[in-house]
Amino acid sequence: MPKRTDLNKILVIGSGPIIIGQAAEFDYSGSQACLALKEEGYEVILVNSNPATIMTDKEIADRVYVEPETTGYIEQIIRKEKPDAILPTLGGQTGLNLAKELADSGLLEELDIELLGTKLKAIEQAEDRESFKELMADLNEPVPASAIATNMAEAKEIAERIGYPLVVRPAYTLGGSGGGFVHNDEELEHIAAHGLDLSPVTQVLIEESIAGFKEIEFEVMRDRENNALIVASMENIDPVGVHTGDSVVVSPTQTLADREFQMMRDSALKIIRALKIEGGVNIQMALDPQSFNYRIIEVNPRVSRSSALASKATGYPIAKMAAKIAVGLNLDEIKNPITMTTWAAFEPALDYVVVKIPRFPFDKFKDVEPTLGTQMKATGEVMAIGRNFEEAMQKAVSSLKSTQNDFSGDAYAEISVADMKAKLMPATNDRLFMIAELLRRGVSVEEIHDITQMDFFFLDKVENVVAFERKLKQVFDKDELRRAKELGFPDEYIAKLSGQPESAIRKLRKDEGVLPVYKMVDTAAGEFESKTPYYYSTYEEENESVKSDKPSILVVGSGPIRIGQGVEFDYATVHAVKAIQKAGYEAIIINSNPETVSTDFAISDKLYFEPLTREHVLNVIDLEQPEGVLLQFGGQTAINLAAAINENGTIILGTDLKAIDLAEDRDSFNHIIQKLGLHQPKAAFAISQEEAKEKAKEVGYPVLIRPSYVIGGQGMAVIQNEAELQGYLNVAAWVSNDHPVLIDSYLAGQEAELDLLSDGKEVSIPGIMAHIERSGVHSGDSMAVYPAITLSDDVVDQMVDASTKLANELGVIGLMNMQFIIHEGKAYVIEVNPRASRTVPFLSKVTKMAMTQIATWLSMGKSLSDLGIKPGLKPAGNMIHVKAPVFSFEKLNDANTKLAPEMKSTGEVMGSAPDFATALQKAFVAAGVKAPVAKRLVLNNVGDDAVEMAETLKKMTGAGWTLEASEESVKSLEKVGFAVSALITKDEVEAEMVAGTIDLLVDFGTNEEAVWRGMAVEQGTAFVSAIDTFLAYAKAFENLDAEKKVYELGEG
Amino acid sequence: MKRYLVLENGSIYSGEAFGSNEELLTEVVFSTGMTGYQETMTDPSYFGQSMVFTYPLIGNYGINLDDNEGSRPAVDAIVAKEITKRPSNFRSVMSIPEYAKENGVVGIEGVDTRKLAKELRTQGSMKGVLVNSLDETKIQELFAQDYDQLLVERSKKEEYVAGNGKVKDEGAVRIALIDFGLKNSIAQALEKRGVNVLHFDWTTDIEKIREADPDGVLLSNGPGNPELYEASYPMILALQDEYPLLGICLGHQLFALANGAKTYKMKFGYRGFNHAVWDVDKQEKHFTSQNHGYAVDRDSVKDTKLEVTHEEINQNTVEGVRLNDRTAFSVQFHPDACPGPHDSEYIFDKFLAAVKDAKKEPFYAKAN
Repeated sequence: MPKRTDLNKILVIGSGPIIIGQAAEFDYSGSQACLALKEEGYEVILVNSNPATIMTDKEIADRVYVEPETTGYIEQIIRKEKPDAILPTLGGQTGLNLAKELADSGLLEELDIELLGTKLKAIEQAEDRESFKELMADLNEPVPASAIATNMAEAKEIAERIGYPLVVRPAYTLGGSGGGFVHNDEELEHIAAHGLDLSPVTQVLIEESIAGFKEIEFEVMRDRENNALIVASMENIDPVGVHTGDSVVVSPTQTLADREFQMMRDSALKIIRALKIEGGVNIQMALDPQSFNYRIIEVNPRVSRSSALASKATGYPIAKMAAKIAVGLNLDEIKNPITMTTWAAFEPALDYVVVKIPRFPFDKFKDVEPTLGTQMKATGEVMAIGRNFEEAMQKAVSSLKSTQNDFSGDAYAEISVADMKAKLMPATNDRLFMIAELLRRGVSVEEIHDITQMDFFFLDKVENVVAFERKLKQVFDKDELRRAKELGFPDEYIAKLSGQPESAIRKLRKDEGVLPVYKMVDTAAGEFESKTPYYYSTYEEENESVKSDKPSILVVGSGPIRIGQGVEFDYATVHAVKAIQKAGYEAIIINSNPETVSTDFAISDKLYFEPLTREHVLNVIDLEQPEGVLLQFGGQTAINLAAAINENGTIILGTDLKAIDLAEDRDSFNHIIQKLGLHQPKAAFAISQEEAKEKAKEVGYPVLIRPSYVIGGQGMAVIQNEAELQGYLNVAAWVSNDHPVLIDSYLAGQEAELDLLSDGKEVSIPGIMAHIERSGVHSGDSMAVYPAITLSDDVVDQMVDASTKLANELGVIGLMNMQFIIHEGKAYVIEVNPRASRTVPFLSKVTKMAMTQIATWLSMGKSLSDLGIKPGLKPAGNMIHVKAPVFSFEKLNDANTKLAPEMKSTGEVMGSAPDFATALQKAFVAAGVKAPVAKRLVLNNVGDDAVEMAETLKKMTGAGWTLEASEESVKSLEKVGFAVSALITKDEVEAEMVAGTIDLLVDFGTNEEAVWRGMAVEQGTAFVSAIDTFLAYAKAFENLDAEKKVYELGEG
Repeated sequence: MKRYLVLENGSIYSGEAFGSNEELLTEVVFSTGMTGYQETMTDPSYFGQSMVFTYPLIGNYGINLDDNEGSRPAVDAIVAKEITKRPSNFRSVMSIPEYAKENGVVGIEGVDTRKLAKELRTQGSMKGVLVNSLDETKIQELFAQDYDQLLVERSKKEEYVAGNGKVKDEGAVRIALIDFGLKNSIAQALEKRGVNVLHFDWTTDIEKIREADPDGVLLSNGPGNPELYEASYPMILALQDEYPLLGICLGHQLFALANGAKTYKMKFGYRGFNHAVWDVDKQEKHFTSQNHGYAVDRDSVKDTKLEVTHEEINQNTVEGVRLNDRTAFSVQFHPDACPGPHDSEYIFDKFLAAVKDAKKEPFYAKAN
């Protein structure tokens, strides 16, 4: 069927802020969908509360609403825009949930609006546990058998019926605790009894155990004519038991014979046809490694993280096709955008191996157990492509940008074999590396298989790598060097193993002619001609990537999404590409993150899907000979490559490397600050523990301490006295010459930041943002307001003056971010980043300046005046915009929930309105804080902050709020003359939280003190951990009756 | 040990040797299937060919006892990027190198198979020799052989698959399977549907087939140029007048040729699982298992009584034909899959339904 002509205007629902489990992949799928709909001639309206995305760019949709994604606000948008239809299936779970709520509310019926894509009924059938089970039974497709027991007798009866092994899961226990695997009656009696005891409703779910089964996934597409196809198959290296988002995954499946594969393919197609899916769907299955027995685990009736991965792994753009199917097109009416010669009704054939490895946030959350289970914990992922498994796996590892970027066992040197074996189950984030180390120490593949149930095929590959390491520790010849490269050993690791500098290995490779070639990702394994500009490196004969005649510029991406380096940098990367193309150059991207827009091959002129390491970036430079390299948009990851690229003699566009070093080197930076007469907190650095104590005393407590050269304030802390400092240093054993710690005097005050554009002579400041929380909270975790209405004109002038002077002194060309503390009326410089920062997308949107594109042109030699941009601070419009952070605490047990100098948020939202209070309210609501219903506030650990709270609390009680407080807070508030009559205990608070009757928990305690915050995370109760956030909350919800007005992005 | 694949255009691919050390002349073709190497290696249609696998890891799940498509390997050689030495699958009984050694298959790994596949795509399928050294005289000698003749010789020498016509179950539908190089999965697809399969070698006298009193006839797949089987045309014409008939792969080409259409050698053929085929009657697309280097010429069909029933969606290649005045039709793809998707298994059901219909009433030609 051709595309529908009865539709004109379509509302697309975006997925909102980045949280664990719903990340940049939805920016990719959402952008693709919007562009596909525009391509077909529809008018596209987009709503997404997340300003840090590409999809909220005005170029992606006809009109964009960055508004809270609640039915209330979306109803306003719908009434204003009157779309003919809504497309919800590309906005993750957020999109589906909103679609359901909108349908239930009767609004869609009232306004005669159609939901496009897979029908709601099908979505419910796939997502509701019971109806899904029923459907599977009808189709004769097996799901893991399960039943609920409320006493021991029932438990035994169920066990007999299903058979061992089983999993026992108690209902509603904290963090799902108290469950476990049982293999016989004895274990059942023990664990089920314990589980029944723990469960507040005396209920346990007893389920057939499929632990150890192979976990297989299919990405499937279907159109309304019932055409269906498999885009990609994937096999998890970690057997069933680890969330697929946290598993190492390979595509295509490796250990399935055709008979097993086709059996599962048949079943996948049967299921999605029965569900009448219209678009993309992900299906997860488990296969017994010892038979043809399989189970259906789950069906996700929408595009997902896996579909983004599958799109990048195969080149088949699932989201784009799904959007076209949603408007009536069929797969055989859509050209395959890769080959352009074949149709989309095509199952991709791969002639390479793809490995995905998740990126975890445990480096930021030291308190969180790094064990993996059914709750996803990864914030992002990397993907690598190779012509064999070892190559793809090692390339993926070097893409991680984590503490472990090769298979070396250094990190495990102190751990015994027995301890490591014990850590293999349950799986942890670094299981793969521990397995390598165990193999290195002589533990057999068989033994590791027995413990982990991981397939021999994969364990053998790790053993191959470990075995080859031995050759590299000795003198090796050219053939062995070539073999090492074929197996994916990075130069850096070969250097480490052979005790040479990396540059020597690079030189050796070049001398010996051991050079990479680039192969094309073409969906067809070479069977059809293809012009996709999508390449990966390998060590083989034929190179397919040919340098074009047109001058090019290489943009270095930002790698996996992790806390502190999120989708914002992908936004900047994509904008840089657009600017390069507009300037008449070819834009080449190198990046390793499969979730993002930048790794969509349709974005750039050429995409290299490669690790962001010196080796791979230089290899691409060697081949492409670009006119220059743009590093300032790839965050710290890209900046860290500057020295190597500079040494290579390649031009780094924009700010000079020297300026970058000046800004990052404390001594020279301090010197400049003094020379320019700017204010800066007293600061020092130390290269030993002793020196740290000395310097801290000199600077004067409290101090802010952190390691140099880090992302997102990792390891940063406010230290009150020497005892605390000792504690910090005990953990931070890495203090050394190479890794000094920075010690700043901690000044209390409001924080503010700005991003500026400079052509080396003149400076333009698009906007200044004032932080809501005072110093001591990482800028990425603060709420912030633009324009900086909370700052005095004098302070604004000081900031403009200081940043202009500094940019000129450093010779910044392009973007620079600068952060200040406002202490006693003076603006103190606390941080300078001579590159695109996290706030660039937000500021670009609210100031209506395409900052990244401008920065790109400046880097390419244009001046501000060439571009018609006036120097100085750009005057603000009439709207107030508040940015609020979003956290993923509920996914990470025991995470420290107190705002601190170390960044913890995973995403952000924006609230906009003509007045501050409403903008604040929208930001809170968008971030998931529900508007108060009962007006019930619970206080704990308010401590000395009681002083600043008293007035606000008085106002709140006047406005009908009920206050309850812990013993501590009653006392603290009494001291400042505010009486809270109602005392509440921990147990009462928990009960109320379960009942959902508390609107806000205020708990300023440290993480150890704040047990109540932990309960709030568990029960989904809103909480604040900082005084300023509380005051903002009070202001935001002062007026609850305000009309929910929505504004198009760019209005006012 | 090094081994070389030398193509007739002079290209040389080198790699590591495994399996048999024989030096020989073959036709080099490639398959894009990501699973199913065992079925492919044993599929009699590939007789006399060197199979290049474009998927780089071959042998991951080993060789098992159930998935053979013939009694022994059909390919002369396999060309791969990497062969797994230690397979991992519960049914695996040996690795590919072991299997190749035992069954006389020449193997070469470490080859840039993508480069090779692209070369075959752009220049068409070619003859190639597998040699253990780059000895020019030896290479010339091998190329000087007559490949078609060689195929015939080799097939004789090996006493290639012959049908036995044995009746398995008296009560059920009886299908005469005319064997041109049968792939087991075709017989299995029939047996799975409760059919009595009667095997006949294609050179069998037609009287013997009549004596067996089948309810329908199936022309099997097989290797090589269909025109080499010209001797079968009269038999096919006779059988289609007397019995419902289904042709598969080579059987399809022969059915078309016997009825006056023409075939041509495709540039590099279809070998893989991801070609979608349009069923004109059903108005549906199905993903099909394909392995053919020849195809029925669309223009030539116009002058015959044949009608095109299936076509490949990208290049519109003829994928199925039928006679309107007979219950006789054929498909180019493999509805029996193995390896590949099961989407078009309905072809067997359609055929057997036609056979049963015909059985109810005396068979006669439809008035049209």
